[in-house]
Amino acid sequence: MERLAPRRAPLTWRVSTLAEKRPETQTATTLVLNVPDWPGHLAGQHVDVRLTAEDGYQAERSYSIASSPEDPHLAITIERIEDGEVSPYLTDELRPGDQLELRGPIGLYFTWDTGDGGPLLLLGGGSGLVPLMAMLRHRAAVTSAVAATVLVSARGWDDVLYRDELSSLDGDGLTVRYTLTRAQPPEWRGWSGRVNAEMLRELGADRAGNVRVFICGPTGFVEHVADLLVQLGHDPHAIKTERFGPTGG
Amino acid sequence: MSPLISRGFGGRRRRDVDPSRIPPGQYVTDDFPVLSAGPTPTVDLDDWTFTINGAVDEPATWSWDEFQALPNEQITTDIHCVTKWSKLGTPWRGVSVDTLLENVETAADFVLASSYGGYTTNLPLADVTDGQAWVACEYDGQPLEPIHGGPARMLVPHLYFWKSAKWVRGLQLLDHDEPGFWETNGYHNHGDPWKEQRYWSD
Repeated sequence: MERLAPRRAPLTWRVSTLAEKRPETQTATTLVLNVPDWPGHLAGQHVDVRLTAEDGYQAERSYSIASSPEDPHLAITIERIEDGEVSPYLTDELRPGDQLELRGPIGLYFTWDTGDGGPLLLLGGGSGLVPLMAMLRHRAAVTSAVAATVLVSARGWDDVLYRDELSSLDGDGLTVRYTLTRAQPPEWRGWSGRVNAEMLRELGADRAGNVRVFICGPTGFVEHVADLLVQLGHDPHAIKTERFGPTGG
Repeated sequence: MSPLISRGFGGRRRRDVDPSRIPPGQYVTDDFPVLSAGPTPTVDLDDWTFTINGAVDEPATWSWDEFQALPNEQITTDIHCVTKWSKLGTPWRGVSVDTLLENVETAADFVLASSYGGYTTNLPLADVTDGQAWVACEYDGQPLEPIHGGPARMLVPHLYFWKSAKWVRGLQLLDHDEPGFWETNGYHNHGDPWKEQRYWSD
């Protein structure tokens, strides 16, 4: 396979076409896009999306790429933000066949390629799972033997993104664990509540070693989990984070 | 290429903000998002120092108490993050970089700001002098919180906010440009929001 070189292609605006819209949860929708001449990407990177109104007014937002670099389509998962400016348009208004301007791939830090090795420890809060899912999809697509553990934190079971796919990927060196912070279904056997040191110890996170850690989620989640890992002995420099705040997306 | 009109997109212009204060592609937020590449470092004020070194006749170092005794200014300014949010009229208190360089002899053209935690960002010297940059220790009348870069961060509001290094510990003066953390990770070397210099190829 040709080696992807995401850095070489200038980040020009491209007109993509929505191929498919996939509801993920009550509030999250995946847009599957055809992007002409997509230069390829690394798992963990994001794209900028630009909307233009008829009078020329524009709005831009960033969204993490959910699809693996091996996927012929580019997928982004949008969490619909109530009274947001861009996300409700993307989840409610945009329909298959519509065009959407985007550019990318962006960011060379919060990325993972199977060649980077592992083991991987991925911690995702809410839609912070999206770039981590690209890593897991990449790992699966190239049948990588890198050991990976993912801790998914969501409000409730129905808020977990990619639930069926995650359970089908579980095994073969991948461990998927969940903690539900607000509500648990009857006979719930996963964890409940905010991520704590006990959960991280059970995941083996107290044996820091050469683990590559990626944390993505709302600011409070990332601050909390990163602090716990530093207290457990992880080198702060080996912890990559991506935070998002409650802004008007 | 002229931009594609997005079918059915009206947009939501904020009528309470002056559009001439919003750089292209930015939107105004009222909260204060946090973006950092790693865990938030904790810096004990007893151990905190700020150093100016590199291509200077004599390096200078201040302890926290010495730094607090320097003349400082109240700055109210708009800030622009490369992740698209802008925040208008943010109130800071800090020491002007002009004050810090007052007694420094240098032929340098660039600075590299370094932070506790290992972050770096590069700037032309001309972008941090003449009342354009500060080392800020207070936000909105309060000591700067660690998540926003406390105890002290750079404030270079005319450039995208990643240039305003959080947890700053010093400025190294250089005769050559040395790209910092985000500048080597796909982001623009200069970062002028009015020219929308977000990424390396912009």
